[in-house]
Amino acid sequence: MLNNASQPDHAVGRSAIDPHRLAQIERRNRRERWGRAWYKFSRNPLSVLGLIMVVTITLMAIFAPFVAPYPQHAEPFTDFANASKPPGGQYLFGTDEIGRDILSRCIFGFRYALVMGVAVLSLVVPVGVLLGLVAGYFQGTIIDTIIMRVTDIFLSVPPLILALAVASVLQPNLTNAMLAVSLMWWPWYTRLVYGLASALRNEYFVVSAETIGAGTGHILFREILPNMVSPILTKMSLDMGWVVIIGSMLSFVGLGVQPPTPGLGTMVAAGARFLPDQWWIAIFPALAIVVVVLGFNLLGDGLRDLFSAEES
Amino acid sequence: MAETPLLEVKNLSVSFRVYGGMLRVLDGVNLTVHAGEKVGLVGETGCGKTTTMKTILRVVPQPPAVINSGEIRFKGREVLKMRQRELTDMRGQGISMIFQDPTAALNPVFTVGQQLEAAIRYASAESRRMPRQEVRRRAVRALSEVALADPERLLDSYPAQLSGGMRQRVCIGMALSTEPELLIADEPGTALDVTIQDQVLRLLHRLVEEKHTSVILITHTLGIVRQITDRVYVMYAGSVVEVAPTRRLFAQPSHPYTQGLMAAVPRLSGGGISDGIPGRIPDYMNPPTGCRFHPRCPHAMPVCKRQKPALLAIEDAEHQAACFLYDAPERVRAYQQEGGLT
Amino acid sequence: MQRQADALRRLGLFLARRLVQSIFVLFGLSILIFTIARVLPGDPARTALGARAPQETVDRLREEMHLNDTLPVQYTYWLGDALRGDFGMSLVTRRSVTTDIAEFLPASLELVIFAGVLTLVGGIALGTLSARYKDSWVDNLIRILSYAGVVTPAFIFAIIFLLVFGLALDWLPSIGRLSEGVPKPPLVTGLITVDALLAGQLATFWDALQHLIMPGVALALGSMAQEARITRATMADNLNKDYIAAERALGIPERVVMGRFLLKPSLIPTISIFALDFAANLANAFLVELIFNWPGISRYGVNAMLRKDLNAITAVILILGVVFILMNIVVDLVVGALDPRIRLRAARSD
Repeated sequence: MLNNASQPDHAVGRSAIDPHRLAQIERRNRRERWGRAWYKFSRNPLSVLGLIMVVTITLMAIFAPFVAPYPQHAEPFTDFANASKPPGGQYLFGTDEIGRDILSRCIFGFRYALVMGVAVLSLVVPVGVLLGLVAGYFQGTIIDTIIMRVTDIFLSVPPLILALAVASVLQPNLTNAMLAVSLMWWPWYTRLVYGLASALRNEYFVVSAETIGAGTGHILFREILPNMVSPILTKMSLDMGWVVIIGSMLSFVGLGVQPPTPGLGTMVAAGARFLPDQWWIAIFPALAIVVVVLGFNLLGDGLRDLFSAEES
Repeated sequence: MAETPLLEVKNLSVSFRVYGGMLRVLDGVNLTVHAGEKVGLVGETGCGKTTTMKTILRVVPQPPAVINSGEIRFKGREVLKMRQRELTDMRGQGISMIFQDPTAALNPVFTVGQQLEAAIRYASAESRRMPRQEVRRRAVRALSEVALADPERLLDSYPAQLSGGMRQRVCIGMALSTEPELLIADEPGTALDVTIQDQVLRLLHRLVEEKHTSVILITHTLGIVRQITDRVYVMYAGSVVEVAPTRRLFAQPSHPYTQGLMAAVPRLSGGGISDGIPGRIPDYMNPPTGCRFHPRCPHAMPVCKRQKPALLAIEDAEHQAACFLYDAPERVRAYQQEGGLT
Repeated sequence: MQRQADALRRLGLFLARRLVQSIFVLFGLSILIFTIARVLPGDPARTALGARAPQETVDRLREEMHLNDTLPVQYTYWLGDALRGDFGMSLVTRRSVTTDIAEFLPASLELVIFAGVLTLVGGIALGTLSARYKDSWVDNLIRILSYAGVVTPAFIFAIIFLLVFGLALDWLPSIGRLSEGVPKPPLVTGLITVDALLAGQLATFWDALQHLIMPGVALALGSMAQEARITRATMADNLNKDYIAAERALGIPERVVMGRFLLKPSLIPTISIFALDFAANLANAFLVELIFNWPGISRYGVNAMLRKDLNAITAVILILGVVFILMNIVVDLVVGALDPRIRLRAARSD
């Protein structure tokens, strides 16, 4: 086994100039790395469960109109004859106070939760990462000072509080909720990347790239950035869960998704009025939030374990 | 040899449970230390020397380690069956240990004094009742013994404030402060540069001579073994492959691995630097069958692949090697006639 | 002696540096909040007076609020007032915002501090237990519960508690800080439990504590779970460190090794992230106070936000910023006291 593996490498050592052969080896190594990573990831049943949950929820959200038993219940709809039905045969999760199927509304609720998460992260990650990279690479210069002082200011108040404040001065709707959360979220990526970048900038591969005259863009994006993909990805997966929580909190106080649109937090807030007798109206949307957050947390933890095992 | 040995390890096997399987790190280790004896333990990095020692003290982290089988007797008492209380009594006063890396072996968030004084305080029932000043006085003495200047100040320092050499001396002082009967020294000074390493070893040698402490000295450096020890064990891949009084081992290395090890030592006179032993330490997840050295052994025979050799006497029981070459002559002939190893 | 004087001097320098930093951060925060408050569409004076107020009244108020000046000038006036502790009138309560905050802040602090104590004590205890009995059923149970704690938002816990312990079982009071008819203790700190103890009113203390339990636990569960996970991971990691083996090998009893030599280094990450937990608790208090009708600053803040009461919004955020910054300084001090490496590094950079 050991001999077999070392044989081709010796061959390369002798004919190191053959680029075709090198590319082939590179491809094989990469394939092996992915295989090994997947093997390690799949060893932890919880990580796999997280992945399955995330994939299932995503598919349900995308194909909500086909999956939900009563897709029209996600729109303005009333059916007082079937109002406040407890969970049972026809309505698996029961119906709310105006006769809408809670299961259908939860499935559509996944949609708004995921849209919020994806939109926020796609706004926040590029900005946060870019600022962190620049500040970290130009550590000690005025650029670093400006970026990091501004970051500190945003970090000096818990992000939900600022998000609430921003959302409150804007029109309450999903778009503005996403903007408000995004405005408060980028500094966390800036700080993460700043720490990583200021450690990496003194590594030999960066210094040697500088020595041969590589441009700043090349160093930032081709030398430094690829070395921090794993912590960023891990944080993104965990943050998906947090954004869903914060989104549901905004909706809960009425600053996010507006009724009758089925936001999970909105549904919990509306259903809380009917506790404890019609408990299902609030509890099932609450469980739906927990399930989304749990899925992304399990996945994120799995990724973190994987990457930290890779390092050691 | 009628008296009970100070320490006796018989057929000790230890595995580590890791991601994706078990590493069979110790595979039947046998080792004996008599009172007053200085024993050397040599072998490549990763051959299980440190694990053996940590298992003797029962400080190997479990999990991941699993003790599969074996006996460890300290002054006739079975260590593997000891309760927590008995273990605490044995450690420190009975056996104490100098760890390989002094930086890792000192707790970074406590001062030298806090750690040293705890070691002295809990050494025995009497020392637990000692007044604070007496503990402090002994701590100062322990540091002066290892030739550290200004011990009072050192006691209030954190490990991060000391140089590597000072940390090593602190570790030695700490291990000796409990006045152990047996001291295990795991590659003392390896982390230091050569001149300081030499000073530290001289110091250690002088102290154990003065106190008549028995010693197990783990090292890579055969020169040190030759100077200090009475007897030497050679380990390879989790087993003892050869044991002999120091002089006899150097005069007549018998196991092919020991021969390779001796040849690998660079000498100023003679043919320059040798090639070392070809191949590398085996994979502990799927170790070679039979004798674990056979894939690297120049004398390998078919039997080596099938069966694990026991320690066999060479001339007399004082010098033993775990190799089929030292079996009864007619058997050796039979092994060799089986043909080459494929 | 010399050493102690040195340590004190270093501590003073550290505090001075952190205070200066904090002032800059607060200054920046005030600009940020002011911008958020003034950039929004609409006329603050009109909002303040309501749609039916006559135009000349609105104009007079605009003049009073300096709304006709440029933004930087407005900011200077606003900052000058704020520094004097004057944040203007609240639309919701029709009182000075400063008075409101003085009334509502202690209630929030009591809740968040109680939750913080639960977070630390519970998190460290559970984490230690989990690490000590790693891979046993105790460990597995704690890990499952921690997961549940981390992924469930505090307001869901709050609703469930209210439902189960408040309404269905009626074990605990579910609304406010004190039951009706229970005498209020004389005001000293504003924390009813503390004031009651100071005044020796045990019945009041007991009643206030009962009111604290549900919102406090709902608030603490998430961060407690987070702390338990971190403590477990650090302890399990440190348990395999050579220094633990070395201390055991010296014959130091297990109780001392675990309770002293393992605990202290393992607490460092746990305490370090406590500032973040505290922030999470402050933020979650917004919804928890709403659900339990807790008369705190967060509930006041949410109402202000829903009514676009700008004076109150800016003041609440600024005050929470101050609380959070102070908490960060305290956490840094504690971590510095636990970890000599941080102290040494700080001393070198002087």
